[in-house]
Amino acid sequence: MNTDGRGLVLDEKLLFEQSQPDRIGYSISELDVPSATPQDNLLRDEIEGFPELSEVDVVRHYTRLSSWNYGVDSGFYPLGSCTMKYNPKVNEAAARLPGFAGIHPQTPEALNQGALELMYQLQQALGEVSGFPCLTLQPAAGAQGEFTGMLMIRAWHEANGQKRHKVIIPDTAHGTNPASAALCGFEVVTVATDGMLSKEAVAAVLDDEVAALMVTNPNTLGLFEKDIREICELVHAHGGLVYCDGANLNALMGISRPGDIGIDVMHFNLHKTFSTPHGGGGPGAGPVGVVEKLEPFLPCPVIVENQGQYAFDYERPQSIGRVQSFYGHFGILVRAYSYILAMGGEGLKRATQLAVLNANYIRARLEGVYDLPNPQRSLHEVVFSEAALGNGCHTLDVAKRLIDYGYHPPTIYFPLVVRGALMIEPTETESKQVIDEFCEAMLAIAREAEQEPEKLHNAPTRARVRRLDEAAAARKPKLRWM
Amino acid sequence: MRYLPHTDAEIQDMLGTIGVGSIDELFSGIPQNCRLQRDLNLPAAKSEAEAMALLGKLAAKNACSDQWDTFLGGGAYNHFSPAVVDHLVSRSEFYTAYTPYQPEISQGTLQAIFEFQTMICQLTGMDVANASMYDGGSACAEAVLLAVRTGRKRRRILLSGALNPQYRQTVATYCQHLDVELVQVPVAAGHTDLKALESMVDDNVAAVVVGYPNYFGQIEDLAAIAKLTGAAGARLIAAVAEPLALALFKSPGELGADVVVGEGQSFGIPLSYGGPGIGFFAVKNRDMRALPGRLVGETVDLDGKRGFVLTLATREQHIRREKATSNICSNQGMCTLMVGIYLALHGKQGLRKLAQVNYAKAAYAKAQIAALTGFEIAFAGEHFNEFVVLCPEPVAALKTRLEQEQILGGIALGRDFPELPNGLLVCVTEQNSREQIDRLVNALAGGQA
Repeated sequence: MNTDGRGLVLDEKLLFEQSQPDRIGYSISELDVPSATPQDNLLRDEIEGFPELSEVDVVRHYTRLSSWNYGVDSGFYPLGSCTMKYNPKVNEAAARLPGFAGIHPQTPEALNQGALELMYQLQQALGEVSGFPCLTLQPAAGAQGEFTGMLMIRAWHEANGQKRHKVIIPDTAHGTNPASAALCGFEVVTVATDGMLSKEAVAAVLDDEVAALMVTNPNTLGLFEKDIREICELVHAHGGLVYCDGANLNALMGISRPGDIGIDVMHFNLHKTFSTPHGGGGPGAGPVGVVEKLEPFLPCPVIVENQGQYAFDYERPQSIGRVQSFYGHFGILVRAYSYILAMGGEGLKRATQLAVLNANYIRARLEGVYDLPNPQRSLHEVVFSEAALGNGCHTLDVAKRLIDYGYHPPTIYFPLVVRGALMIEPTETESKQVIDEFCEAMLAIAREAEQEPEKLHNAPTRARVRRLDEAAAARKPKLRWM
Repeated sequence: MRYLPHTDAEIQDMLGTIGVGSIDELFSGIPQNCRLQRDLNLPAAKSEAEAMALLGKLAAKNACSDQWDTFLGGGAYNHFSPAVVDHLVSRSEFYTAYTPYQPEISQGTLQAIFEFQTMICQLTGMDVANASMYDGGSACAEAVLLAVRTGRKRRRILLSGALNPQYRQTVATYCQHLDVELVQVPVAAGHTDLKALESMVDDNVAAVVVGYPNYFGQIEDLAAIAKLTGAAGARLIAAVAEPLALALFKSPGELGADVVVGEGQSFGIPLSYGGPGIGFFAVKNRDMRALPGRLVGETVDLDGKRGFVLTLATREQHIRREKATSNICSNQGMCTLMVGIYLALHGKQGLRKLAQVNYAKAAYAKAQIAALTGFEIAFAGEHFNEFVVLCPEPVAALKTRLEQEQILGGIALGRDFPELPNGLLVCVTEQNSREQIDRLVNALAGGQA
């Protein structure tokens, strides 16, 4: 517990407020060709308001800003659904090798065989973990992976002469699922769940207009959908396909493969399961795995291997097209591959086992004090509700009070089916000591809610700022300086 | 395993607290018919030294821009990145954090994004910029979606034939099921054909999309295009693949663009085989609430102290679900930071100076190549960094010849532009010394002997 530190918190103005006319922080080599300027009428005036700072100013500015942040390297970050595991440093070193960081995407394939080989091998490894024979690495993030996968599903139906326009999505799904389906022109049919998706609930809305069922497995309550095989068979029997959001793959590595149990398409989140950094919001990477029959629809280009030589195949008449420029977030792919090399097959399975152990241990330690709405055996994360909190204390207050105890809060108010959800995902890289201390903090906060609720209502008091007025920010948006 | 801290004794202890006898019991919720009945068929774990050796071998098989004279552009640009950029983004308080949902402990990320949004506005001449998109291509596609959303019943999008072809393809992917018609505007002399555009833009057109500079490096007459577009009530989307040009040429906002999107990779982000880069997205105030993606806004805390939060979230998927403005739920945080640091370092004067250097280098190369017998500069007019060379020999053979001299001489245009079978898109930046340019020119001439 980090409760007795009172660090030095430095103030720092905006870049623009520190700017001084004619101060410079750049160096540019002297021009070794004749100077030249475009015609006058096309030239702009100076960029008004742009900063003028020295290198020291800039270094200090961002160093100070960094001290106002909390990352996985700062401490425990049990953000449910986000899999905030440790980001190995060697991955960063690997991505910065000049032979990876310095290669131009328009270089002929024959001259970038190492990059293509890495991408090919990563596809093979992800395929082995998931059970999907065919993959694309192009999607930039999980949400773009969903979009890519759903486009392929639509293309497959259309290739079979079918214009199916509905997609079934359980009420526990991430918001990106319905948003991605809508972007593909699908109509979303939401089904209520009772923690688990039932065959009956799916059967009730299944008809020959349904293109796909979109599930998350394990679902956002951390529960493995126990009827998933039968549900997939049911959807297939009606001519539909099944999409799986791979957000929770960290619960399954080496234990269960979505491609083996009837799922047709799944996206990976390399920034969750495969340890690449979240970067304060990105970049991630959202590769997609599919069953054989969807292979013709993969985004263009596809990597092909022929006797140890790798190339991009652009001649893909049934492809859904490209979802961004070039080949994906290559720098992130290098990091994920580096992680897989470090873990090996056995290590990936061990990671899953320990992630599930950690989550269940937290559950065992907090159950009874915090309300656990779903009694079933959960896997890599555990979701409590705010039902047991008294004195007008809510989930938001617990989250903010955790900040005072030195932790990043869990995911809150998601999934929507739980009242005041507190969704805790510890991941495998946290030790028993770290988790014990976190549990002590959670228990202390529950006691405070009983005895000193104002401590929760006033939290946080130890962060750089206190609670911020989000309503005012939205009412009168100020989205830039000046 | 070095990333897994549990000792056997701790595991036993934890299992005891949970009340189960083994880790396997924790997986009892997974039916037997869903279990993998074998071990994963992946290589055994490697030590850090072994893994780095293996990765180093793969890296060594690639044509790195450190060792090759690179004249490739086409949406990814070889610029120098000061050491400060990588040094600062390597601070793990930044890169190991998540999206700043808890603003009290994310003020670093939030203020940096607020500053990024501001600098993008200043550079593009627009009112509001979001916290970034995946890349230039997908940002361009999202701009088209915005135009369709806000364009009421307008159902046609005009895409300049001189737009980056990968942007065009990405737009096509995003729009394929949205009851939107994509129509290409012809190109005349390397620029969007204004006459043709005038006859095509009408009250069914939601947006006109034009590259600035365009794919051939040419500076489009954006003011004229804006006039035609505006007269028809459509939105003008300027797509900027090389934003360094905006330090020198008039900003799209000043010239009348309604939406400015683009790729920020030029500003300090490594080439990295084309990704990750960063898409930027800026609009005028009227489209603020139609923006896709994250937005950071200024506010105050309970004590009245300035702070920053994610805002206008009611546009977004986690609240609006299938009715959201976009399915995007991330921004390119780490790349946002690189761009912010890079722009702050170069500042008002440095960015302009750098753009001038790039312009002069390309002008020199253009003049030298134009003087070669048989080679021709395809298009007149102003350009930035890139220009099209018409070659007297098949481009594939020419490129191979250059590669033998460790030169990546340009992009063959034939595949994307069949009307330019001998076209080579050459890109020159501050990274290309005069010596390199002369070597390229000599190598090109070599084929004539």
